[in-house]
Amino acid sequence: MTVLITGGLVLDQTGERTADVLIDGSVVVAVGEDLDGDGQGVTVLDAAGCVVCPGFVDLHAHMREPGHEEAETIETGARAAAVGGYTAVVAMPNTDPAQDSVSVVEFVRRQALAAGLCEVVPAGCITVGRLGQQLAPLAELAAAGVTLFTDDGNGVQDPLLMRRALEYSLDLGITLAQHCEVARLTEGAVMHEGECCSRLGLPGWPSIAEELMVHRDIELSRLTGARIHLLHLSTERSVELVRAAKADGVAVTAEAAPHHLSLTDDALDGYGTVYKVNPPLRRPSDVAAIRAGLADGTIDAIATDHAPHTPQTKEQPLDHAPPGMLGLETALGVVLAHLDMPLTDIVAALSWKPAAIAGLGDRHGRPIAAGEPANLTVFDPDVQWEVQPARLSSRSRNTPYVATPLRGRVRHTVFNGDPVVLDGAPQR
Amino acid sequence: MKHLRSIAELGADGMARLLDLTDHMAEVNRRPNPKVPALRGKTVCMIFFEDSTRTRLSFDTAAKRLSADTMTFSVGTSSVNKGESLRDTIETVAAMGVDAFVIRHGSSGTPWQVSNWTNSSIINAGDGWHEHPTQALLDCYTIRTALGRTGGFDGLRIAIVGDIKHSRVARSNIDAFRLMGAEVTLVAPRTLLPPVVSAPTAADLDDVIDDIDVLYLLRMQRERMTEALVPTMREYTARFGLTPQRARRLGKHALVMHPGPMNRGVEMAVDPSELPGAVITQQVTNGIAVRMAVLFDILGSGTDLEVQP
Repeated sequence: MTVLITGGLVLDQTGERTADVLIDGSVVVAVGEDLDGDGQGVTVLDAAGCVVCPGFVDLHAHMREPGHEEAETIETGARAAAVGGYTAVVAMPNTDPAQDSVSVVEFVRRQALAAGLCEVVPAGCITVGRLGQQLAPLAELAAAGVTLFTDDGNGVQDPLLMRRALEYSLDLGITLAQHCEVARLTEGAVMHEGECCSRLGLPGWPSIAEELMVHRDIELSRLTGARIHLLHLSTERSVELVRAAKADGVAVTAEAAPHHLSLTDDALDGYGTVYKVNPPLRRPSDVAAIRAGLADGTIDAIATDHAPHTPQTKEQPLDHAPPGMLGLETALGVVLAHLDMPLTDIVAALSWKPAAIAGLGDRHGRPIAAGEPANLTVFDPDVQWEVQPARLSSRSRNTPYVATPLRGRVRHTVFNGDPVVLDGAPQR
Repeated sequence: MKHLRSIAELGADGMARLLDLTDHMAEVNRRPNPKVPALRGKTVCMIFFEDSTRTRLSFDTAAKRLSADTMTFSVGTSSVNKGESLRDTIETVAAMGVDAFVIRHGSSGTPWQVSNWTNSSIINAGDGWHEHPTQALLDCYTIRTALGRTGGFDGLRIAIVGDIKHSRVARSNIDAFRLMGAEVTLVAPRTLLPPVVSAPTAADLDDVIDDIDVLYLLRMQRERMTEALVPTMREYTARFGLTPQRARRLGKHALVMHPGPMNRGVEMAVDPSELPGAVITQQVTNGIAVRMAVLFDILGSGTDLEVQP
């Protein structure tokens, strides 16, 4: 298939210029002005007024399959990802069974290949069953191509086990990623610990539970020299700790979720379970710190923490309802509505920086040039829109952004040369 | 009034209206036949996800004295976990025809969630750690009658003592007492206060006992010891319990109140029947009149309370 993207602002790590992009098969074959698209069978994608950039890469999505297909499948999750402009998503391992063996990892990849909507990159578990007791077969999984490991949903509580995992990772070329939460400090927690939880009579989720583990893992990384990626940072102090660690040269990277740079804990005033998320929505000062951390590069990547849940599980009392909210289809719109940053830096945090952290830099987040893989996103950075839950591609509906103005929307997504999303509509 | 979910939603004017209405209900309750037809044909469903025989009996009696029909739906919190969502439970019961739900739930916020799923009125009979507004109303009514304070609580000093953090009674009463004009002091170890406190605090009961008009004791639950919130019950009583020594320091007019059930020997380390200012049984009695007032205010528009049966 030959695809020509015309008239867009081509933006990548090398700069920006108005140009057409010609794709043949799965490869970009030419970038330039007035490329010829009148050959037979050329699909022309209009990109006037749009940005053409390397496809987005999500470091953090819960695809729910295997185990919770009623909330999401790899196919529906991949479709949501493609609609959101993602050409690759890292699938978190808290499936059932967990992604702690080669067979489960290969199952996830097979489902994604069959869907053909984006690359789904299974993250491996750090510990067997994510139980925090015993190391998962990290080398065996690494040999099967797994590059990112985490027990996400749980932090690795045992400092000895975490130290050993980091040491063991050094020779494998992999990255460990931590869900930073000291579980003993958040037993029964529902929302950020502060004025709101005091007034609403809800158990508090203290910032210190995150910050203690951020601090511990920075020090373990400093000690061992192993890379550590910190998932979904939510507090001001966490950002400060990472900033200081990076200044010291510690091999730490970090991500933040769109909801932690756009929403605050008082959203829970009406007890809406859609606003319950782990880590919780926090104070305006934390939101400001997350934005500042993204602006100065302390936080490397924007990651959705896309967490689908069925209505029946969310329509429970707040303390029974599971944490999590959808993210893949709204990330760009939320980020552009809330971040006052150069567009290049925003795309960097959505594309080539997370691609590098996930070890996908050979095929995603590439410069847009002849010979490069054709994983591209075309988005309108100015269009205002609102989410209509019934029209989401995700199987679930738990988005917190209903009736919220968003800015910027994906128009086309090209995955391996295939226009899987055209004018906002998934093509398969 | 459509719902009674929290004291803050009710506001000072709403409290004044309900407390005046409670006087009328108390008069009904003093009649030889304490029953009026005001809510004939109305159906009140008591839906209790958490056991509370006392509160349920009080609401049930109140509804029956106003001639409402009552249904009771009791579920342990465990059956919520067995598959039926809270929404399905509410919608099923609502489909039987319910004018008002009286709802008790172990989770904070459920009355707000439930009111999104039904057109019926919601009366909060206690939600998690959050609110118990009819308890606050009956406490205010008890203070008002015992101290002759029909014009409000200006200048009244009230100490709420004990496990503020986990107490829906404390949250409703802090709001209610302050709306009435009282000065509220919270007396508790730091571990039993919410993360952000909305009223002045005192470190132990000795700091306030000489100067208060109302001593409001909360129930101290034994499981707080296992959560590292207090070292021992003995130490709790030493700092925060009403002991005979402290009881002697109470002012002559001072009231002693408790929402029940009491832990004798813990927060109540004296025999309350020997306390001249104890109004604990009056609280229970007044609970019926207050709940009649709430039910009548919500369901009784257009009916005449004064009609004799």
